[in-house]
Amino acid sequence: MFMRFIYKFSSPPYFYAISGKIIPWLTALFFLLLGYGLYGGLVTAPADYQQGDSFRIIYVHVPAAWMSMFIYVVMAISGGIGLVWRIKLAEIVSISSASIGASFTFLALVTGSLWGKPMWGAWWVWDARLTSELVLLFLYLGVIGLYNGIEDKRTASRAVAILALVGVVNIPIIHYSVEWWNTLHQGATVSKLDKPSMHIDMLIPLLVMALAFKVYYAIALLLRCRNELLEREPNGKWIDELLEKVK
Amino acid sequence: MRIIKQKRLGLILLMVAGIGIATFFGLRAFNDNLMYFFSATDVIEGKAPKDHLFRLGGMVVKGSVVRQPSGLTVRFVLTDMAKEVTVEYTGILPDLFREGQGIVANGKLDANGIFIAQEVLAKHDENYMPPEVAGSMKNKPAESQK
Repeated sequence: MFMRFIYKFSSPPYFYAISGKIIPWLTALFFLLLGYGLYGGLVTAPADYQQGDSFRIIYVHVPAAWMSMFIYVVMAISGGIGLVWRIKLAEIVSISSASIGASFTFLALVTGSLWGKPMWGAWWVWDARLTSELVLLFLYLGVIGLYNGIEDKRTASRAVAILALVGVVNIPIIHYSVEWWNTLHQGATVSKLDKPSMHIDMLIPLLVMALAFKVYYAIALLLRCRNELLEREPNGKWIDELLEKVK
Repeated sequence: MRIIKQKRLGLILLMVAGIGIATFFGLRAFNDNLMYFFSATDVIEGKAPKDHLFRLGGMVVKGSVVRQPSGLTVRFVLTDMAKEVTVEYTGILPDLFREGQGIVANGKLDANGIFIAQEVLAKHDENYMPPEVAGSMKNKPAESQK
């Protein structure tokens, strides 16, 4: 039953039609969440007792860092599904995630660096958290490079899926780096089993921003997947039918 | 067809598990190199390198910061709640530097066992709260630093 749904949803014409209907709703939701999150984070949230207003960069830094890991897991799992069940859409989801994930990783590194200078006194340090996040960026770049280096896109997708699955080992390392080793980066504030060590007025905008970033990823992913589908089968029968309808 | 898929899935899971185990042992072997800083206990027990630069992390003991009357030299005591090491630093301290704050200093031990720092970085904790809340919590004992 579940597999039947997956196969149906992953057929290109069905996916193309459904995603086209979802995107406008997601876009509206994204701007709503982003507006609320930014207003809450930059205006209504109180200043921190130690860091003052500088801590507000957390509203971009932390959601971006979460997304960098979340997207990597999505990329690896959908790559794995593509390897096992040879579902074309899974391969496309996997490779379309790569550049979005790389952008979020880059954003997390840059905002972290901007935050590190005034608070720690250094733009960059080679501690376990920062280094493993940099490795994540290189993994993303490796995936993108490998995919573009192979002419046949189905072969490329398989090669990329293996690389993505190998790199998945880095995700728990990033998350637990601050617990396993002494690092300059502080421990987890929200993503731990304990109660979040953050005041509730600061926490809610952060979670809203995290949700906004997730919705943004969904929009960007759907758009990229639609493009990739059209590019991969430019002569598909369903595309002709679609064009007929437009005329 | 079903068997082929199961086989593929099995191979992938085996690969991920294998890489996980290999990485685990690799990281364990290099555990000491991955530590960003040594604690005061490590220094007292002689685990820290004696002849070259290393980083020392800990909390600045309350009331231990002494500024030299002239110049930028500061002396303070770092603790990991078990042992203490005296640190001397000449230069501008980061904004977050204060007593009771976690810091990481890069430097070398001198003959008297005093840590001569060349660089001081502030380590802030994972707690975020408005000043009023922090003020009302002041009477409670400070949370131990990692």
